[in-house]
This record gives sequence, structure tokens and C-alpha cells, in this order.
Amino acid sequence: MIYAILRRFGQMLFVMFGISVIVFLIFFATPGADPAARIAGRNASPEVLEAVRHSFGFDRPLYVQYVKMMEKIFVTGDLTSFVNRGWKVVPAVMDSIPVTLSLVFGAAILWVVVSIIIGIVAAATRGSWLDKLLMALGLLGISMPVYWLGEVMNLITQSRYHDSWAFSWVPPLGYKNFSDDPRGWLLTLVIPWITLSILYIGIYGRVLRAAIIESLQEDYIRTARAKGLSETRILLRHALRTSLIAFVTLFGLDFGALVGGSALLTEVVFGLHGIGKLTYDALQNLDLPMIMATVMYASMFVVIANAVVDFVYILLDPRLRTS
Amino acid sequence: MILSVRDLRVSFRTNDGMVRAIDGVSFDLEESEILGVVGESGSGKTVSLLAVMGLITDPNATIEGSIRYKGRELVGLPARELRRLRGNEIAMIFQDPMTALTPVYTIGWQIAEQIRAHRKISKSKAMDRVEELLAEVNFPNPHEAMSRYPHQLSGGMRQRAVIAMALSCNPALLVADEPTTALDVTVQAGILDLVRKLRATHKSAVVFITHDMGVVSELADRVMVMYAGRVVERGSRTELFSDPRHPYTRALLGSIPPLTGEKPRRLPAIPGSPPSLLRLPPGCAFGPRCPVHYEPCKAGKPDLGSGAHAAACFRVAQA
Repeated sequence: MIYAILRRFGQMLFVMFGISVIVFLIFFATPGADPAARIAGRNASPEVLEAVRHSFGFDRPLYVQYVKMMEKIFVTGDLTSFVNRGWKVVPAVMDSIPVTLSLVFGAAILWVVVSIIIGIVAAATRGSWLDKLLMALGLLGISMPVYWLGEVMNLITQSRYHDSWAFSWVPPLGYKNFSDDPRGWLLTLVIPWITLSILYIGIYGRVLRAAIIESLQEDYIRTARAKGLSETRILLRHALRTSLIAFVTLFGLDFGALVGGSALLTEVVFGLHGIGKLTYDALQNLDLPMIMATVMYASMFVVIANAVVDFVYILLDPRLRTS
Repeated sequence: MILSVRDLRVSFRTNDGMVRAIDGVSFDLEESEILGVVGESGSGKTVSLLAVMGLITDPNATIEGSIRYKGRELVGLPARELRRLRGNEIAMIFQDPMTALTPVYTIGWQIAEQIRAHRKISKSKAMDRVEELLAEVNFPNPHEAMSRYPHQLSGGMRQRAVIAMALSCNPALLVADEPTTALDVTVQAGILDLVRKLRATHKSAVVFITHDMGVVSELADRVMVMYAGRVVERGSRTELFSDPRHPYTRALLGSIPPLTGEKPRRLPAIPGSPPSLLRLPPGCAFGPRCPVHYEPCKAGKPDLGSGAHAAACFRVAQA
């Protein structure tokens, strides 16, 4: 167990190192990628360019620049932005983490619960009008882009129907800290949670339905019937339980990516300053320290999410325990 | 009389039309009797017993005829009532022990689940019973085996666990669907011993489905030979082996290598292959493969008749 955790940790370090090198090389060593030119702006004179280059350390060898940057992220934590000088990068990332985590965790709980219910109901009533309706709704959810859906949600809850009884509780856009105002935190996040989870509810509901129907064809389901178990028990304890493995695989991938910044569109639409938004802004300005820090953070979460998924696998499937 | 099946017909609606998988099967089973059901793949032996268990869930299937268990009609019985019998009074052992157990639960859990589905007893009492059962089916270390997952056991051990599960509620009728086919020969012998022993201790009647004449000759009291969804011959084991009447039965017995006497250069095989149920030949379904077929065989289907030893063949009726 301890060995497994240590191995995971080593894996995480390795992944983070690899990603940091790749990102660093993309921004410094690819032809035409001269950060000094971007920072100095258009029409900068060669003297200005030279001054910028020197003051940011771009005239030193690549590996020195890399090591300095890593040291400033992980050891001293005083890496500053190239664009807004003096703006400390690490605290900025730390401030955005709770925003993204709140958004993604809440949406994940919502989509897991709802999609499991939908998957079970659709599989249990397969072929009926209810199954067809649920699957059509799922497809609708998958095909609605999150930025469009988010804007429509905002239109309804923030302006058109904001004064009606249904949506008067919706606070203005933005994030409220859980520690300052738990109620405000919850209320501001309800609509973003729903918006972000709709796509995943559609995907996961359909995937789970298919997995359950597939496992209902298995021999052990026939054994369960021969044992005289009720259909409900067969569905929940035997078919669903063995179908969850595919579900968890998918969840690990999506969850890791979302926490790592893929919730960008949702964050932008709802004015939540999370990791996605931070990375996006940094990319716009070629703010390399910021990109470096957010990418490091994202890779860490992807690896952690994968480790958690592997752990859940072991809980779900005893066949993986022995190896 | 434990089980009495009369004129059972099972048909499936397919894209190519109605397929009659079982066409007028009748048989009886007495208490603690072992009935061997023999036939090639697709002859309907499994489907007929799945019908008895009420395990045909295909919505395109229709089941007609009568299946009486201890005098109670099972065809058309509500699912709830049938469920109370299944696993409790009528239990089943399946062909492939590798896939017959849910991979994510322990053996003990799965057996206890069945006990608790039919008996109101506590979890720990159920577990005690599981341990007894596993000991009964010759697990060397039953207590330890309870906490094993299916993948941690060998095929033979899994089949023993499946048998323990089938026996957990002392069923009056045990249906075994080729329980030894997926196992190696030495393990097979152990399982057959077990079935014989359990018949003695539990007084269960057993329907043993197989395509292996050797297994039948060791185990069965009476034998029923099926071909293309119909019973072609039935009789006691001795009658059937010493005096096979139907050409199909004779051909099946002829394909077993003899232990004594001159060794044949090649084992005789039945020419052709079993007919598709969609395109059954007119008259006797075995006709095209039969060495002794003649005019009447094309005209109509031969009846099995009523005797204890009977064969559905015009030649036999004529003789």
C-alpha cells in the first residue's frame, strides 16, 4: 500500500517534470518564440528589446532559465509575472484553485448522481418510451456547447426572468469564498454546476446504460436469476456493480482534465476566476511564469485524479487486487 | 412425481420467421431420479430446461404446453411466484463455471445471497451454512474459500462453488446444464461423484444435460435423446445402451470408441450436420442424415409413442 502510494508520487513527479520541460521548450526554444519581443510589445526598438531580454534573464542559457524558474515556483515561491511585474504567480494560482475545485467537484457530484440514476432507469426500461426519452435528452445535453448553454442560463436567470419567483435567488455572477459566505458560495455556484454537468450527464448516462445492458447479457446474470433474486437486486447488485468500471475510467479522465483547467468556458461565462481563466489570460499575454505554474498544477491534478481512479478500481474489481 | 412436462413447445420470433426450438417435448421425473438429456448443440436440450426454470427472458419467445412441478403449473405463473421456486426448490448448475459467478463478490457472499433470498436468517447464520455447504462439496478449506473471489479459484473449484450454491436451499429438483463440459476429465469425474453423492444425501431429482454419452452411462437412471427440438428416444439407461432403437441414438453410441474387441480403423461419424431450425426437412428431421430412411420418413413426423422405452421412428414402429 505504502509502496503503491510512493510509486504514484514518483510517477507524479516524473509527469510534472516532463510537462514542465516540454512547456518551457515550446515557449523558449521553438523558432519565432521570443518572449522578449512579446513582452516589449510591437515596434519596440532593439535597445528596449535588449533591455527586456536582460532584465528577464532571457540572455542566459536555456537550462539556467529553466532551473531558475523551477526554483522560483517550488522553492522560494516568489516567481513574478512577466507581464504585470511584481504580480506573484504562485499566490495567484493558489487563489484560483478553490474556485475551480468548487466548480468541478460540485458539478461532478451532480453529474455522477444524475447520470447513474438515468443509466439505471434507462437500462431497466430499455426499449420503452422512457428509455428513448432519456437517451434523446442525453443526446441533447451532449450537443449543447457549454458556452452557449451558459449564456442562455445567464440570460434567463440574470436578466429576462431574474425578477420572477423562480430565479430571484440567483446572485450576480462571480465567486464567493466558502469561508466568508457559505450561502453565497452555494447560490452563485448552482447555475454553473448545472451548466457544466449537463454535457457529462448526457455522456455518462448513455455510457452507463450501454454498459448495464451489456452486462445483463452475461452468464452470471442468468445465475443470479436462477438463484431467485428480484430483478431490482439483479440490476443493482450484479449488473450495475460490474458496469461501474467503465464509468469510473471515463470519470477519472474527465475529472482530471476539468480540474486542470478544461472548465475554462464555464469559468469565463460565469465570471469565475479559476485555473482555466488564469491559464487562458496568461496564454493571451504569453505570461510564461503563469503558464508554467498553471500547467504544473494541472499536471499534478491529472496524475492525482488517475491515482484516485486506480484506487477506486481496486475497490470495485477484486481481480485487480492480487497483482 | 416431481416434474411432469407435457407437450412443451418453445418458439422464437426472428427476422426470418418463427423458429420452433422445442416441438412437443414431454417427460416425467420421479423423486431423486437422475434423467440424462442427450443431444447435439442446438437440439433444444438447454432451451427446454431453461423453460422449466422460467429463465427464458427473451420477449420474442412464446412457451406453450404444460410444466407441472409437484402438481403446480409453472407455465404462465407470475414472475414473483416463479422466483420463489427458483433457487429454492428448483436450482440450476450452468455449463461454464468461469463466467457463471459474478466476478466482484466473494463465493461466500454469493451463496449467502441466495440463502437469504429464500430464508429469513441472519447474515452470520447464512455464512455458517455456506461453510457447511462448501465442506459438503469437498472444499479442502471451506472457511478460507468463503472469502475467495471467483477468479482466485480453479474451474473445478468454481463449479463446486456453483453446486454448493445450487444446493444451498435443499432443492427438490436440480437442473445441471453440461456442468462438466468445460472441465478437464479428472475434475469431471470428481463432479460426477459429487452429483451422485448429493442425490443420495439431499434426495434431489436431477436433470443432467450433456452431449457426452459416457457421462450418461455413468450417472443417469433414465435417458432422453433429443434431436432438432424433439425427443427421439427415451428409456432406462440399460434399455437405451443395450437396445438403442432410434438410428440417431445408435449413431451416437457408435461414435464412442469401443474398449474391448477389434479397434475400428476410423470412428464412424454421423454424416451431415444438424438441420437449421428455420429450414427443417419435411417429415422426420433426422431423415437426411439417417442410414435407414425410406419413403414414409418424408411424409410425416414419427411419434414417440407412449412406452417406457420408445423411439420416434417409422422403422421401429414397423418392426
